[in-house]
Amino acid sequence: MTTVDSKNINVVLATDCGSTTTKAILIEKVDGAYRQTFRGEAPTTVEEPFADVTIGVINAVTEVQELAGRRLVNDDDQIIHPASDDEGCDIYISTSSAGGGLQMMVGGVVKEMTAASAKRAALGAGAIVMDVMASNDQRKPHEKIQRIRELRPDMILVSGGTDGGDTKHVVQIAELIAPAKPQPRFGGAYRMPVIYAGNKDAVPAIESTFDESVDLSIVENLRPVLEQENLGPARDAIHDVFLEHVMAHAPGYGRLMEWTDAPIMPTPGAVGNILQTIAQTQGINAVGVDIGGATTDVFSVFDGVFNRTVSANLGMSYSISNVCAEATMANILRWVHFDMDERELRNRVKNKMIRPTTIPQSLEALVFEQAVAREALRLAYQQHKEFATTLRGVQQQRSVGDTFSQETSGQSIVDNMKLDLLVASGGVLSHAPRMHQTAMLLIDAFQPEGFTTLAKDSIFMMPHLGVAAQVHPQAAMEVFERDCLIYLGTCVAAQGHSKPGKTCFTYNLEGSSINESGEIAYGQIKLIPLPEGETAMMMVDPSRAFDLGAGPGRRVQHLVKGGTVGLILDGRGRELELPEKRTECQQMIKPWIEALELYPELEPVTT
Amino acid sequence: MAQAYTPGLKVTNRITHRCRRQLPIKGEVLVQQGDRVKAQQVVARTFMPGDVEPVNLANALSMPPDDVKECMLKEEGQRIEVDEPLAQTKGMFGMFKSVYRSKHTGTIETVSDVTGQVIIRGEPIPVEVLAYMDGSVAEVLPDEGVIVEEEVTFVQGIFGIGGETFGTVKMAAVSHDQELKADMIMPDMKDCVVIGGGRVWHEAIEKAIDIGVAAVVAGGIDDQDLKEILGYNLGVAITGTEDIGLTLIVTEGFGDIAMAERTYNLLHARVGDFASVNGATQIRAGVMRPEIIIPLTDQEKADEPIPEHTGGQLDPGRPVRIIRDPYFGLIGEVTNLPSEPTILGSGSKARVLEVKLSSGDCVTIPRANVELIES
Repeated sequence: MTTVDSKNINVVLATDCGSTTTKAILIEKVDGAYRQTFRGEAPTTVEEPFADVTIGVINAVTEVQELAGRRLVNDDDQIIHPASDDEGCDIYISTSSAGGGLQMMVGGVVKEMTAASAKRAALGAGAIVMDVMASNDQRKPHEKIQRIRELRPDMILVSGGTDGGDTKHVVQIAELIAPAKPQPRFGGAYRMPVIYAGNKDAVPAIESTFDESVDLSIVENLRPVLEQENLGPARDAIHDVFLEHVMAHAPGYGRLMEWTDAPIMPTPGAVGNILQTIAQTQGINAVGVDIGGATTDVFSVFDGVFNRTVSANLGMSYSISNVCAEATMANILRWVHFDMDERELRNRVKNKMIRPTTIPQSLEALVFEQAVAREALRLAYQQHKEFATTLRGVQQQRSVGDTFSQETSGQSIVDNMKLDLLVASGGVLSHAPRMHQTAMLLIDAFQPEGFTTLAKDSIFMMPHLGVAAQVHPQAAMEVFERDCLIYLGTCVAAQGHSKPGKTCFTYNLEGSSINESGEIAYGQIKLIPLPEGETAMMMVDPSRAFDLGAGPGRRVQHLVKGGTVGLILDGRGRELELPEKRTECQQMIKPWIEALELYPELEPVTT
Repeated sequence: MAQAYTPGLKVTNRITHRCRRQLPIKGEVLVQQGDRVKAQQVVARTFMPGDVEPVNLANALSMPPDDVKECMLKEEGQRIEVDEPLAQTKGMFGMFKSVYRSKHTGTIETVSDVTGQVIIRGEPIPVEVLAYMDGSVAEVLPDEGVIVEEEVTFVQGIFGIGGETFGTVKMAAVSHDQELKADMIMPDMKDCVVIGGGRVWHEAIEKAIDIGVAAVVAGGIDDQDLKEILGYNLGVAITGTEDIGLTLIVTEGFGDIAMAERTYNLLHARVGDFASVNGATQIRAGVMRPEIIIPLTDQEKADEPIPEHTGGQLDPGRPVRIIRDPYFGLIGEVTNLPSEPTILGSGSKARVLEVKLSSGDCVTIPRANVELIES
């Protein structure tokens, strides 16, 4: 690794080694500002017959080199850095999720408390959590041991107990893991890394419980007191172990690690990093989603608290069949406005599962695939809301005013009314033929309330910027602002329900290219074009049954942001309610599809 | 941009195939380089540490955890049998002693004075690895396993369920598109690898299970039939551990779809030969497809190999299979590969190719939606 003064950094090269594709981007200083200028991609080469990740990296960087007309790779297939006048880069950084990413098992004493904190630490670090073990998880000890033996995680995180509290239960968890002798994924001479982040008084007992077959590291308790989570040290330890053990055993990573100027991060960890940075610098609440072929990651920052979940089997290709099984075909077909043969659809879904790289050719196939995506996103967000809660087990101080409040600890901190920015990424969202489709997918699945800006990360640049933020925050933020996000527009949605046709809210819009007022009826959705880069002041008066953030029936004034789609005024109510009967449902959604101009080319389908 | 490369499933009458046969942990390799091995021969063996049973003696004998060690009647490392006394309380004045008798057989691994928990480890579990296919040991992986090599007929399916099995190849269908129904499964198919044509029905699979068929190979299967057989809706295509009584392989996909004629003919030509079959499918990074392996006879090995295309580029004239609706399952020949992306009916922009179907019709298809037929 080299150290470069941030003032002298003009060219940053970043790669993201995914399971199937390695993506490279070039960030350059143009007219005094950092811009993302070129990108390239190549198949990831972590599997046989290549078994060397750097081959894919060099291929992707070579594509950037050709496009940029700047030499980045030397004759020995090495990235040239530091840069000289017209060749090389000042900084090279990388993320990785190749080979299935980082897979972990976590353990804690109480499932809802320390085990949940351990899970949050692992997810926040970018891991897939394979199992959560806790004293109260209803499984018998021998069942837990059997489970540990079956799993092949990359590492295990053990937590439990507050500092100074009882040591017995956390030691008991360790006593289940130690004899199970879990086998790491990479086998061979690799010793299973175990990170202990529990009651500090239990450290001597934990040390004596594990023998030399595991590589034990001790970090600060991630729940030193019930009222406080301290996830930082555990997350850092996960990243260290990821680099030292997991990455070092993956083919070619030893070489890649020598090239990079900052530690290689798990891809989702880097995405979390940039989202937190944005939320912090702009003082907003944000949600990001990345829907892939196998999994869907949801990231959120509400009131400064970061959460991430991975829905392991909600995805659009490898896991599409599972989405259909979990969501049910009836729920998916709610979003399709014409008849389709269910048996044929089921076979189509399975065929997509076994041939995951195929793409929808006909518009009917696209409509169905986007219907599946809505349900995958809805389920993933639901799981996220259930996970992102206030700390459980914390005693609440109640005043007289709280006497009738039913609120307890462990409430979801995800509040759609407080959500300011919703960012989409992943094939089905990023590559939708029309941005209107992306916007509507987000609205239907996430059901934002009040005023929410919608954006998409068109080329999935957030992982690169997440690592860049660690070495050069200014460059990362400038590129994020200018090149990373494509703003789709703003969704204005009212919470509540009424009778169809009744007034939901009235509005008045004033901006440089717009001056408009009108009324939105309950059940109606309307698109008002407002170009990207423009804003307008919007005054909304909801009816008594509806709330846009200030309380039922109370006026709200808000600056709304334009985008490639525009303003979407959503009077369909929250939670969104759709009829169970197919024909009624089709009748209901058709006007929405027309209003948003989702599929203007679609010929009427008569089946 | 480089030329399109669309690998298809491997279906070949002759290939030198190498199988890596490896233990999950280190052990003993039982054969040597150059040895001839039979498919069902054990080539490597090891013992996994036995299952562990935790016993909380502190709770069982109502004593503080740090008293447990003193009350143990056996030490760490000693064997214990079922019903043998494991620990005994001190009692009061030497009386009223409680005894805990072991419910498990094994070796005492640890005694914890923090939790009062005793870990008993059961007998080591033997793990054996079979050669899987008839062939020669090409390489010995010291303490881990072997690589077996042989010239074989090799057919990859698109999807399967069930693990490794073996049997003699027997035809059930008379053509590549004949559906496989229950009345075509005969008692003499017991222990055989039964080849169908088009879609296989769940009643046929159930009858095959009753008869004791080793494996069924067919062109397609309906999603609902698969659900009936498994008893659940398969969510992700990671299979191989199902225990339904046989191994099932489909070569083309889901729905009413015929087996590719070439695949059918290749299997038909090997009737009566011994096959190794594995239904394990893993469609993630490091994709794994189900397979049918039929070693060549000495006579066949002596014959001059017929040249075949193996994988490669999508060029005009190459046969392809369309793998996505609205033309799913149709076979044709590439006629043109326009270099510029085209707007599809879905509105997406993608690189396409033009295919002349066997019906004579010409269609435009996204390149991602075809796979090469290796011929």
